[in-house]
Amino acid sequence: MQNDIILKDVSFNYENAPILENINIEYSKEDFLAIIGPNGGGKSTLLKLMIGILKPQKGMVSLFGKNPSDVSERISYVPQDTFANKGFPIQVIDIVLMGRLSKSKSFSFYSKKDKAIALEMLDKVGMKAYAAQKINALSGGQRQRVFIARALASEAEILFLDEPTASIDTAGQIDVFKLLKKLNESIGIIIISHDINVAMNYATKVAHVNKALYLHDVPKAKNIAIFDAKALSSTHICPIELITATRCTHLHTDAH
Amino acid sequence: MEILQFDFMQNALIASVLISIICGLIGALVVINRMVFIAGGIAHGSYGGIGIALFFGFAPMLGASLFALVLGAILAYITHKNTNRLDALVGALWAFGMALGIILTDLTPGYNVDLMSYLFGAILSVSTEDLYAMGSILVLVCGFVLLFYKQLLAMSFDAEFAKLRGINVTLLYFALVLLISLGVVIIIRAVGLILVIALLTIPPYIAEKFTNSLWEMMIVSALLASLFCLSGLFLSYTFNLSSGASIILVATLTFSTQLLLEKIRLR
Repeated sequence: MQNDIILKDVSFNYENAPILENINIEYSKEDFLAIIGPNGGGKSTLLKLMIGILKPQKGMVSLFGKNPSDVSERISYVPQDTFANKGFPIQVIDIVLMGRLSKSKSFSFYSKKDKAIALEMLDKVGMKAYAAQKINALSGGQRQRVFIARALASEAEILFLDEPTASIDTAGQIDVFKLLKKLNESIGIIIISHDINVAMNYATKVAHVNKALYLHDVPKAKNIAIFDAKALSSTHICPIELITATRCTHLHTDAH
Repeated sequence: MEILQFDFMQNALIASVLISIICGLIGALVVINRMVFIAGGIAHGSYGGIGIALFFGFAPMLGASLFALVLGAILAYITHKNTNRLDALVGALWAFGMALGIILTDLTPGYNVDLMSYLFGAILSVSTEDLYAMGSILVLVCGFVLLFYKQLLAMSFDAEFAKLRGINVTLLYFALVLLISLGVVIIIRAVGLILVIALLTIPPYIAEKFTNSLWEMMIVSALLASLFCLSGLFLSYTFNLSSGASIILVATLTFSTQLLLEKIRLR
């Protein structure tokens, strides 16, 4: 099993305040990795280090064996739904097309193939009917699907998502995670989630980040069973059960 | 149409259209990138360039253009770095440019008749050379927007994502700010540095509500700017009013009417 992402002794400070300390993690794209942890624990920072938006002060980050910013076209990213630029006049299809941008196609306009792929991805997330809609007419959940379609349009090998379901209702969340789970058959999924249930139900690995990082394996059988129970019945599942369903199968890579 | 008989009026009309298209293209990018304050800093700060030009005795518009480019580069650098207290830094540069301009004009011997025209514009005294300058900048702006349309759109919408897709966002941002600097200086020729921001921002503000894409926003902005410039010019000619101020009054009245109608419609 090759390791598509390797972080070795990575530390990151923001204005002298340590955000992450001595992080070690290896990831291969067969896995569905959920990053969980408290607010301000460094989840987003870890994600941004992996994709090269941020550079660590100490340690080494490698993506597909290279410097992350050199291979950024092979991954894609769904940001948090912080849609602040409200009046922006843009149609859904034009946002998805941004996923088709690349260094090599600098000057030309988007090709027919680009447009076909963009529509196909909109279809995949169930938003094809909205292709010509203005983005600010959509709900938070619909917007997030559009951003997932944009990321998919890149035909990336690993998809990174920063709390993609924060503004979606429960039914919508399950839809998105089912979609991600299906995508994980062919591409890597790394997701930040504030929702521990979701992490346990869909992920194959869970990383708990709070300055330091602890990696857990999620047992396969449990994960499918819990997922089914939740989808099929409305019975409440206690988060504690979910946590105990996950056994640490390895030593904690504690920094201290 | 006796108004068209005069050469100065013909030049003013051509200048209005050229400037309006520049306004539409640049203004839309300024508004969607929320760079209004930066554009304001460049416009006012460029007065320093006029002071330098007067003091050393070369063409004021050349001085303003060069100085605006330097200011633009500095502003692009500090905004790109996303420094804390960005607005304070922009404000300081804004004031520095104006102060430098005033001190240098003070120190320049003789009285300077043209001063007011840089503050409030002088579209009625646009020369043929000015028209060439406006035309060249328009070609530059058009070329830039056409070549990099999808990159500009992606950067304006989500710079982080654009960067991940391999776009050199830093370079594109610098190029955009420098182009805005040049555009702002040439628009100053028509409406003056005090009023340039209104002409740059009001048409896009109105346009973005009625359009579905950046290019539509640019076209509608250009049409609105032309409408404001031409009707302002007509008013200024008919009632013997200051041209720059007339243009801006038409623009602001249209803007407030539109806002009012929107409020009523939403009730």
